[in-house]
Amino acid sequence: MRTALAAVAAAFLSAVAGLAGPALAQKHGGTLRIYHRDMPASASIHEEATVSTNMPFMAVFNNLVFFDPDVKINSPEKLVGELATSWAWNADNTRLTFQLRQGVKWHDGKPFTSKDVVCTWSTLSGLTAPEKGGDMRKNPRKVWYQNLKEITTKGDYEVTFVLGRPQPSFIAMLAAGYSPVYPCHVPAREMRTKPIGTGPFKFVEMRRNESIRLVRNPDYWKPGRPYLDAIDWKIIDNRSTRVLAFIAGEFDLTFDSDITFPLLKDVRSQAPKAVCEARPTNVSNNLIVNRDAAPFNNPKIRLAMAMALDRKTFVDILSQGNDKIGAAMLPGPEGVWAMPADMLATLPGYGPDTEKNQAAARKIMEELGYSDANPLKVKVATRNIAVYRDPAVLLIDQLKKIHIAGELDAVDTAVWFSKIARKDYQVGLNLTGLGVDDPDVNFYENYSCGSERNYTGYCNKEVDALIDAQSREADREKRKKMVWEVERKLVEDVARPIISHNVANTCWQPHLKGLVLQSNSIYNGWRFEGVWLDK
Amino acid sequence: MGAYLVRRLALMVLTLFGMSVVIFVLLRIVPGNIADILFDSAGMVDPAEKARIVAELGLDQPIAAQYLKWIGGLFQGDLGYSYLSEKPTIEEIAPRIPITAKLALLALIFSTVIGVPLGVISAVRQNSGLDYVIRVLSLSGLSLPSFWLGLLILMAAVRYFGDIPIYTRTPASLWDELLLYSLPAAAVGFRSSALVMRLTRSSMLEVLRQDYIRTARSKGASAAAVNFNHGLRNAVLPVITIIGIEAAFLLGGLIVTETVFNIPGVARFLVEAIRWRDYPIVQNLVMFIALVVVVVNLIVDLLYSALDPRIRYAD
Repeated sequence: MRTALAAVAAAFLSAVAGLAGPALAQKHGGTLRIYHRDMPASASIHEEATVSTNMPFMAVFNNLVFFDPDVKINSPEKLVGELATSWAWNADNTRLTFQLRQGVKWHDGKPFTSKDVVCTWSTLSGLTAPEKGGDMRKNPRKVWYQNLKEITTKGDYEVTFVLGRPQPSFIAMLAAGYSPVYPCHVPAREMRTKPIGTGPFKFVEMRRNESIRLVRNPDYWKPGRPYLDAIDWKIIDNRSTRVLAFIAGEFDLTFDSDITFPLLKDVRSQAPKAVCEARPTNVSNNLIVNRDAAPFNNPKIRLAMAMALDRKTFVDILSQGNDKIGAAMLPGPEGVWAMPADMLATLPGYGPDTEKNQAAARKIMEELGYSDANPLKVKVATRNIAVYRDPAVLLIDQLKKIHIAGELDAVDTAVWFSKIARKDYQVGLNLTGLGVDDPDVNFYENYSCGSERNYTGYCNKEVDALIDAQSREADREKRKKMVWEVERKLVEDVARPIISHNVANTCWQPHLKGLVLQSNSIYNGWRFEGVWLDK
Repeated sequence: MGAYLVRRLALMVLTLFGMSVVIFVLLRIVPGNIADILFDSAGMVDPAEKARIVAELGLDQPIAAQYLKWIGGLFQGDLGYSYLSEKPTIEEIAPRIPITAKLALLALIFSTVIGVPLGVISAVRQNSGLDYVIRVLSLSGLSLPSFWLGLLILMAAVRYFGDIPIYTRTPASLWDELLLYSLPAAAVGFRSSALVMRLTRSSMLEVLRQDYIRTARSKGASAAAVNFNHGLRNAVLPVITIIGIEAAFLLGGLIVTETVFNIPGVARFLVEAIRWRDYPIVQNLVMFIALVVVVVNLIVDLLYSALDPRIRYAD
């Protein structure tokens, strides 16, 4: 009996050892080689809103808290401390206090303290006037911190964020890749060109249009991390060249979501051992309509346009059926706040019978006096790059079915946001990315009255009140229902009809281990501290 | 000759001044400036922040004041700062010039070494099978877009050698450089060689019909002596012109090849700088290319008199 028990115990232990084997087998050393699709505007994450900056430079920094990098789906319930060792809300959820990690040093050797946290968020929230040290050129996520009223400290290692009202999502925003702690003593200009952080990798150089190099931070506060000696980014703006280079084994990892579904076939056939993962990017294709300009100030026309959308055709043509159809929030199973499919189907224009939707839309247009002989002539503006142009062409085709004759207005990419910000368009096709799969991030950035990214100028005080109400709600299930209510209102108001949510592929060589892609935002999870090379 | 040179140099200065005005004005006519583009990567536009950037970069000054500031700096050796990288312009431009120069030189050597002899052979063997083959080759060189040829080369390299000959690290030696640049130089030189081939052929055909060629033949000169000493020497002037034009063109015209082979040269850099409306980079780089073009033109003109004693420039 004893022998049998010993055998079982031995078998169990060896099984455990077997399971733990890969975890114990991480190898130190080596240089991770990644290609980048374009030259980032700067290295300053706080000044940019693009994965082109996040992906290479997140590894230089730390947050206070971070979405658990080993969990694929970002959610506020799965956070880990980085520069904060613990955190707690007060009873009425208006004060969030962090205990900070001691003994952490910036890459230039200076100590990290609560002063750095105060500096960072005072600047981001606008509590510090630009001329008083907040010398950032741009602050694209100021709206995230509109509820932040004060930041207080207790000594060097405790900091409290004081909010104007309860906002459970506040901590999710702090956990985003877009929310690193910046050093107080380094000017913004230097952060754009030679960033200094506390993260697992130190910045070495950024050669314009050529390369970015990071090396291991030997003084990193997390013992044994990172595993890699260095990360080498090569900027290759020609997609054919960079994909061929990956196939040839010149790179260990592709740029995030760079492999489209047609390209995936090439990669699979020419580099069959490569590991490729498709996941939503949390970037949506959406229709923007200038609701201030006649005749689009007529809500009936906007409704007709929204009902003319044949989302399945978009998905089939643009991504071989892989993109997802949803409302404002990312659809399931990756989307934490996804509206249930049966509820989605009841939204105007989302029903399965596209012909019927388009017939209803056509009827609206005919009642307004439009016909095949007398179509409504519009310019459909979009950025002059393929990911924008392709859906815009499909949109024009679909609008034709409801007596709208669209003409493509391919706008120089340099002036796209300037153009739509000054409302110099009639109808447009835009792409919108979300840094965090969170309703506050989405609604406040894109739909609240007066937001800089609310390109259509949509403003409904009732919806704003609903957005604030869901933002206050601490109960997740109750909040979900409130979020769905907001989404319904946005669809009914034709605020910014979402056509589809993009899905794309990221590939890596089989010797690259420990990479966990985040499934509900491409902007998070790029710390690279758990990544290693098995060669 | 001395007065001619002085005249040409004065004309060069005038040309460069005209270029500086044209490029400066054109850049500012193009919609959008760096502030617009910086906000593009932020996905929003904050008018107050934008105005601050515009003022910081001096873009709110009158255009004449901006021009004088640039030209004044140029005379003092100050090319200004890149708006994007916030580094001195010279630091950004200088390392890229040798890369493109080497690539252009290799391409030029390729086009001359291939183009001139094949052009001569094609003319000498007019309407033979070899002539037809060379003509097909030259026509295909003119017809194939160099980006497509470049991609074909890359695909073949990956397929048959499992390697890709693109620029991913700084070459360690001259031999490395030669290896790295030879394929892109061949891709771009193929088109140039076709041009040189066609021009050499037509120029040779014209010369070979001249009386003095017949005289040389009747004197009993060998075919090689007739073709090369008498024929090519007289036919080469238009070929020199086209090689000169190609040399100037290649410095700024390698954009496609540099992009496909990922070479960090000036041509690709210039296009990227235009996209970012990085005025200091674009203005100074275009001026540099203009300078090269006028200098190469002058050299070509001077070469005429060296190669053909009948040409003399009057004082």
